[in-house]
This record gives sequence, C-alpha cells and structure tokens, in this order.
Amino acid sequence: MSELMLELGAKALRLGVPLSVQLDLTYRCNERCVHCYLDHEDHGEMTTAEIKGVLDQLARAGVFFLNLSGGEIFMRRDLFEIIEHARKLMFSVKLKTNAVMIRPAKAKRIAELGVHSVQISLYSHRAEVHDEITKLRGSFKRTIEGARMLKEAGVQVSFANVLMKGNETDYPQVQALAAEMGVGFNVDATITPMMDGDRSVLSLNIDPATLEKVFHDVSLVGATEDFCAPPPGAMDAADAFETLPCSAGHTAAYISPYGDVYPCVAFPLPCGNVREQDFGDIWRDSPQLEEVRGITVGHLQGCSSCAHGGTCTRCPGLAYLEGNMRGPSTQDCEKSFARTGVPSENLLAKRAQDSAKSPSGRAVTWMVPA
Amino acid sequence: MSTDCFIARSPKVAARRIGDEVMIMSGLDSSLFSLNETAAILWECADGVTPLSSIVRERICPRFEVEFEAAMKDARELAESLAAHGIFLISDQPTTTEGAP
Repeated sequence: MSELMLELGAKALRLGVPLSVQLDLTYRCNERCVHCYLDHEDHGEMTTAEIKGVLDQLARAGVFFLNLSGGEIFMRRDLFEIIEHARKLMFSVKLKTNAVMIRPAKAKRIAELGVHSVQISLYSHRAEVHDEITKLRGSFKRTIEGARMLKEAGVQVSFANVLMKGNETDYPQVQALAAEMGVGFNVDATITPMMDGDRSVLSLNIDPATLEKVFHDVSLVGATEDFCAPPPGAMDAADAFETLPCSAGHTAAYISPYGDVYPCVAFPLPCGNVREQDFGDIWRDSPQLEEVRGITVGHLQGCSSCAHGGTCTRCPGLAYLEGNMRGPSTQDCEKSFARTGVPSENLLAKRAQDSAKSPSGRAVTWMVPA
Repeated sequence: MSTDCFIARSPKVAARRIGDEVMIMSGLDSSLFSLNETAAILWECADGVTPLSSIVRERICPRFEVEFEAAMKDARELAESLAAHGIFLISDQPTTTEGAP
C-alpha cells in the first residue's frame, strides 16, 4: 500500500469519512456456490432510482472507493445505468462478479466507463471442480472467457480464489493460470457463516494442516520468516486502547440490496436503512456504529492480553457472528496458530475447556472449525 | 508567453475531496495523487471550455497574488504534468467530456 494511501486512510479516520463502501446490488445469482453466505431470493431490492439516490448520498459523505457486488451484479438489467451514475460521481469503482454473463460488448463498456478493476471468483483451474462448487455447468468456461474479454478490453482483472474442502490443492495452478492470462490473483482461506448466522457452511473450511501449508507458501505470503514469525507478545496496554481492530464502521461500510447499512459485509450488525434515513445521518448518528467505534484492541475479551495481539488479523464480524463483537474470532485464532505455531489465548482456553469436558480426561482435538 | 489551451478532466479518473484535499486516482495506472491548492483550482475549473488563461487570470492570480505571465507558465507546466498521468486532457480547442463516462 502506498504511503499516500496510508495517509488518506489516516485522514479519513481522523475526519470520520467513510472512505470505502461495498454496495451489494442484488443477492440474486446465476450460480449456487456451496459455500455462499447469502439467501438468493429477492426480498425487495432497491430500485434503480433508489440506488442512484444512495450513490448521491455516498458521494456527499465522501466515499471514494465503491465496490459493487452481489449476488451476481449482472443479474440486474440496470447495472450499466448504475455504473454510469457512479462514475459520473467520480467514485473509484470496483466490480465483483463471476463473469459468466460478460460478453465483448459489456467488457468494452466497462473499460469505457473507467471502472478501476473487476474481481472474478474462480475456484479451480479444473472445470469439473469449479463447476461442482458453483453448481452451474459450463461456468468455468464462461468465467475464463469473461476474464479474457475484460482483459482484452483493457480492464484490470483479478481472480479471487476462495479455498475450501474440494479445491484446496488447486490454488497453485489457479495462480499459474492467472499469471498466464496476465491477471491478478488473491487467495482467501476463510469460509464465513451465512448472514443469518447459520454456521453449517463452516464445515467446508480447509483442515488445519492445509491452512498451515497455505500460510507457509512463499508464492502467496512472501517472506515466511516475517509472515510466520512467532508473535511479539501482548500489546502494551496503553497502545491497545489506542489501536482499532479494523476499518469496519470507522472508514468502511456495507449496504445490502435492501438498503440495510452494516459496518462491513462480514459484520452484519444492523445500523440503519437508507430507505428510511440518509446514509450520512446513519454514518454520523447510528448508535450501533458508535458502539463499534468505541471498541479498541484493549477492550477485546481474551485478545487484549493475547501474545498475538499486535499481529492478529481478528475480524470483528466473525467475532460478532460467533456471539460477541468484543470477543475473539476463533477462525482467526486458528489462522494465527497455522501461521506461527503458537496458540492464541482463546485457543488455549478452549483446549482447557475441552480437556475438562472429555470423559477420558485427555485433551480432545481443538483445532476444529468453529 | 505560454500558449493558451483548454483543460478537461479525464473521464477515466476517480476523484474526491477529502477534507481540504482533492484526491485523484489515475485511470492509467491507478496511481493516487493529492492535488495541491493550485492543482485543485485547475481541477475544479477544468471543464474543457474555459481557456487556461481565464482560469489563471480569474482564479489563480488573485488567490496567490502573482503576475499573470509567470502564473500562466507554471499552470501550463502543471496541467501538462497532470495530463501525462492521465488526469487532464489538454487541447488547443474547446472540448467537453459532458455525458462521459
């Protein structure tokens, strides 16, 4: 990240500006990915006029980076009207799509509109594995074609490769495919609970040994001696009360297709609805956002004194979905362990609890999906 | 004397005023720029139809209390520099990016 970008983030935080917003245009989708956290039924999406009005509000509030996502954004027939309006308002627009519905004319229009980049979900280099995850036959072929069309039109493209049971060994080949096509690549080893709190999809999370392998892969993480270094120890108490857990609710927000405002797509704490209130008012006055903003690392139960304190990538949304936004996120504790080999305070506590519960009195496996 | 020209905002850039700064993201290479006060004035006035000389005479000279000739030369160099980063389009004829993107 450039120094100017860091300065911009710091300035936005100081001024209370929502620098970045993800707006999901629809939850409808042409795929049925096995790990998806969304309900794909349409429960009353915002109209074109409502979305344009929200974009006007976001521009007034100072939003610079706008991620348009879904569901599948191309399920909306008014997508280009929305993008055109967003670009007239000078947002830096990033699209997230499966690219199945992209054809040359659409790719050309995306380039003409000055969209910053398009992120495409790709699960494998093998058609049968990708299609088995998306449950849409032929989706691999269409996704790759869509990516090529965008690339040929001059659009910046990247593949987002979510790892789960079933595709966890394929990422090196997906990475190679991305390199061959001249597109970006990033890997995500987190399956998140459904937005309604259903945690059954977490059974798809990759096993601890594979997670450890991923976190020690130089091609993904760079210098492992830094990335996988033992944690530096608990954060100084004064620093902990000055350190924010993440940008959610501070400089970032999420808006659902129904107008609900959350701190982040992964943090479904309802903070207001843009059908009832101006986004700027919600951003400024929501008691829920105020509560989120009041939480520092020093307030986190079981985290503020943890050895991973300074280097943990704890997601407050995952902690919220686990039951307590001031508590630990076990999935992130597992990542910290896979990365460094050092269990977090939360994992040690869970191990002690499980050990006490075990009829044999022996420790039971505690590295299981949350 | 620097020749006159018309400057227009590129339809490929993203921009937002954050506090007292105008932030621009280039459409060419995603580079991020923070415009200084002079550049921010050029940005705000870059409608493609107002001559640069008018912008300099009416907005820059009074603001910074500088001679027109020197200010015009500096403004032209600045506009060309920003055009090289894909932020401005420079033309010797009036242009408009209205309706774009």
